[in-house]
Amino acid sequence: MPYIPHTPEDVQSMLDAIGVARIEDLFDEIPAHLKAGALEKLPDGLTEMEVTALMAARARQDESAVCFIGAGAYEHHIPAAVWEIATRGEYYTAYTPYQAEASQGTLQTIYEYQSMIAHLTGMDVSNASVYDGASGLSEAVLMALRANRKSKASRVLMPAAVHPLYRRATRDIVTNQGVTIEEVPFCNERGITLLESLAPYAGEDYAALVIAQPNFFGCLEDVDALTDWAHANNMLVIAVVNPTSLALLKPPGEWGSGGVDIVVGEGQPLGVPLSSGGPYFGFMCCKQQHVRQMPGRIIGRTVDMDGKPGFALTLQAREQHIRRSKATSNICTNQGLAMTAATIYMSLLGADGLASVAGHCHANTNLLADKLCAIKGVKRRFSSATFHEVVIELPQSANLTLKALAAKNILGGYSLAPAYGFDNAMLVCATEVRTQDEIEQYAAALAEVLA
Amino acid sequence: MNREAQLIFEVSKAGRRAYSQAPKPVADDKLNDLPAALRRQSKPLLPEVSELQVVRHYTNLSSKNFAIDKQFYPLGSCTMKYNPRGANRAAMLPGFLKRHPLAPESHSQGYLACLFELQEFLKEVTGMKGVSLTPMAGAQGEFAGVAMIRAYHEARNDHERTEILVPEAAHGTNPATAVMCGYKVREVPVNDDGDVDLEALKAACGPQTAGLMMTNPSTCGVFERQVEAIAKAVHEAGGLLYYDGANLNAILGKVRPGDMGFDVIHMNLHKTFATPHGGGGPGAGPVGVSERLKPFLPTPIVGQDGDSYRWLTDADLPQTIGHLSAFMGNAGVLLRAYYYARALGREGMLRVGEYSSLAANYMLKRLQQVGYTAAYPDRRASHEFILTLAKEAKAFDVSAMDVAKRLLDYNQHAPTTYFPLLVPECLLIEPTETETKEALDEFIDAMARILEEARENPELVKGAPYSQPVRRLDDVRAARELNLVFRPGASA
Ligand SMILES: Cc1ncc(COP(=O)(O)O)c(C=O)c1O
Repeated sequence: MPYIPHTPEDVQSMLDAIGVARIEDLFDEIPAHLKAGALEKLPDGLTEMEVTALMAARARQDESAVCFIGAGAYEHHIPAAVWEIATRGEYYTAYTPYQAEASQGTLQTIYEYQSMIAHLTGMDVSNASVYDGASGLSEAVLMALRANRKSKASRVLMPAAVHPLYRRATRDIVTNQGVTIEEVPFCNERGITLLESLAPYAGEDYAALVIAQPNFFGCLEDVDALTDWAHANNMLVIAVVNPTSLALLKPPGEWGSGGVDIVVGEGQPLGVPLSSGGPYFGFMCCKQQHVRQMPGRIIGRTVDMDGKPGFALTLQAREQHIRRSKATSNICTNQGLAMTAATIYMSLLGADGLASVAGHCHANTNLLADKLCAIKGVKRRFSSATFHEVVIELPQSANLTLKALAAKNILGGYSLAPAYGFDNAMLVCATEVRTQDEIEQYAAALAEVLA
Repeated sequence: MNREAQLIFEVSKAGRRAYSQAPKPVADDKLNDLPAALRRQSKPLLPEVSELQVVRHYTNLSSKNFAIDKQFYPLGSCTMKYNPRGANRAAMLPGFLKRHPLAPESHSQGYLACLFELQEFLKEVTGMKGVSLTPMAGAQGEFAGVAMIRAYHEARNDHERTEILVPEAAHGTNPATAVMCGYKVREVPVNDDGDVDLEALKAACGPQTAGLMMTNPSTCGVFERQVEAIAKAVHEAGGLLYYDGANLNAILGKVRPGDMGFDVIHMNLHKTFATPHGGGGPGAGPVGVSERLKPFLPTPIVGQDGDSYRWLTDADLPQTIGHLSAFMGNAGVLLRAYYYARALGREGMLRVGEYSSLAANYMLKRLQQVGYTAAYPDRRASHEFILTLAKEAKAFDVSAMDVAKRLLDYNQHAPTTYFPLLVPECLLIEPTETETKEALDEFIDAMARILEEARENPELVKGAPYSQPVRRLDDVRAARELNLVFRPGASA
């Protein structure tokens, strides 16, 4: 029996010990008319060899293309050691470290993760991960509503230049609590959120302003001015950042005169494969004064009864297993293994290695943009400085162009038609794994498609 | 300095690097277009270590964990069954790992086929009419479910329903979820036999009732026998019935939530479908619904057109509660669950409930024989059961937590402690179907010896564990002198 170890003798002796004749007798408290049928629509069981062959054939079907899509998920080189260690059974098959003495490995790993991500973002504290960047933004919004004692209104300001899929998930989650999200337009020429777009909200009661850096278009926002504006108007600031970028860009903890209040983002670029969208992990950091409003698990360094240093879950009175309906969030299971991979990744790369990755992504994307813009009728859509990702304007429909490129096994970017109505614009990205050859192939293919 | 607990930061040395892991540095002039005012001024504090140091550090750390691959791990409500290695290898195939979540459908047919079939399998085993795989854990499945309940009432212009009912034994995520969805929570008492107090439930139902969230078998480790009467009471009041599928393992192949009258359910694939728990996650919490909630399912969902697959969008599901993540939720977890479902197939699926219940009932009986007290002695165990150590706590001043800690010295992971809260000094024990009888017996023997120790030398039990990298930790200090981030120079 797959994964069930009992011999017929084992089964018999267990039944004897219980004092029943048949396994079926163990279900005698279930009303007979509720019993299930034979699950006829399920196929026969397969051996490991058979399922593996079946899934390998499926995986191969999806394998052929070269990818220039970013839009919140990035193909980076992942050092071999990252997943070899993360999938060791001792990490892979443990659960939430409720028994601290028997979970020091996981607990210390989380503490080290919290430290690394806090240093990267320039923030005081971090939690042990939330589901992903987008749902993390919804948690940050709800957290800001709790943390901003000056604000009575259940509403936040959200620039339209924030990732549309993040805005969507956040809206779909927080509107259940009656929270309003007010969208702030971006400058159509520069692709960033201008102070003058915020002016109508000055003096109004909003709990927080969200600032994405780089924003969805890859454009660099004037984060210092935006942060100071929000604080001057009694709003908290929620930063949404790409962790790779932080090796080169100013960390949110240093934005404006006081730094931001909450930072969230997608942790995937830190050693987690694209993997069709998950499992990734959301990172979440904040200023010390808000730590009691943070959702999710948090690990603290402490000592044991003999005074030996060790690690334990802490501030659990924020969490659902203690506070139930008064918890800061319903999150229980988080994204621990992806977070573990990220910890190993950050250790292997260090600050310099991460800066190299960020630098190559930036340089490669610029190279790609330059090559594409050398084609007649193709240009950069916005004038602002960008990092790691660029919006390209085409002389024709982006959807059709991307389809034609896909037929040549090039995933050329992400169309801005659905989210922004920019029918001819697409977001492109070339990380450090894209070679000069691939970039040139793309440019040649685009030239053909547009010819 | 205690080297064993040395942080990676403490083995770091300025100027050391794992050179081959990162690309070579880029020339500075390639970064000139980044405005200076937006650049980072000082390097982030990350470790400066060699590849070997990293590998050794995290290998050594991992070895401090208890894990299913090393120990019996009877953590109640968590279904710590064997996580097939084959599932991991299949989910990590390059074609799956390299697929971008926004890749076009033309380049996703293999992946979509797996998900489509998984949706169909889950419908069949739960008896539900529609499934969405996207929630990223049980709690997010709950969120999706309650949000659908809200959307359903609102679509009928029924705006008076402000309350979700939750049995007092429910998992903490249930009330927390209801609040996250904007509802008030009313807890319903549970009887001494582990079933919901039906009269109290009926009294609590009314025009304000949006729905009831319940787990069956319940978190008391018993099958809720009045499930149909409960469903009737809630439905008559106009509410919907939510099934927390955390305990689906107990009844897989035996009873289907859809046949019990539930309108919406979530499943924990990281429990019932053998995907790993990863030291805290990730999981996956797909939701299943009855016919009337189908229009509200969260997207994305995989649909089929002839012999090709595509994503269903808002155009297909205009009333969807929407997206709960940026992309598709925990895709890689779903692939592992798909592997498991294919490996088990029909016959294997039918056996899960049977053999997990066999193991639990066997352990319950044997533990009673060695002197422990069952919380619900007159009931069958489901796939898990509760012991109460109230007697021992009184007689020997040895708590359920003490016994849990002492088990670690016997190389057994502790059961779930102090959940559900309504049973004093409780241990919730879930052996799963994948453990040998020998493993169950070893645990029983350890429990028997601990009971003797509690009688003869309670201090020994109260001081446990002795065999682990650390002894009991100072939680008070952890919360009072918060040290959440390593900062050089700060005292440890
Ligand atoms: C009964 C019950 N409900 C819900 C959950 C929540 O599931 P998750 O941790 O995947 O969010 C759990 C497990 O943690 C549980 O045991």
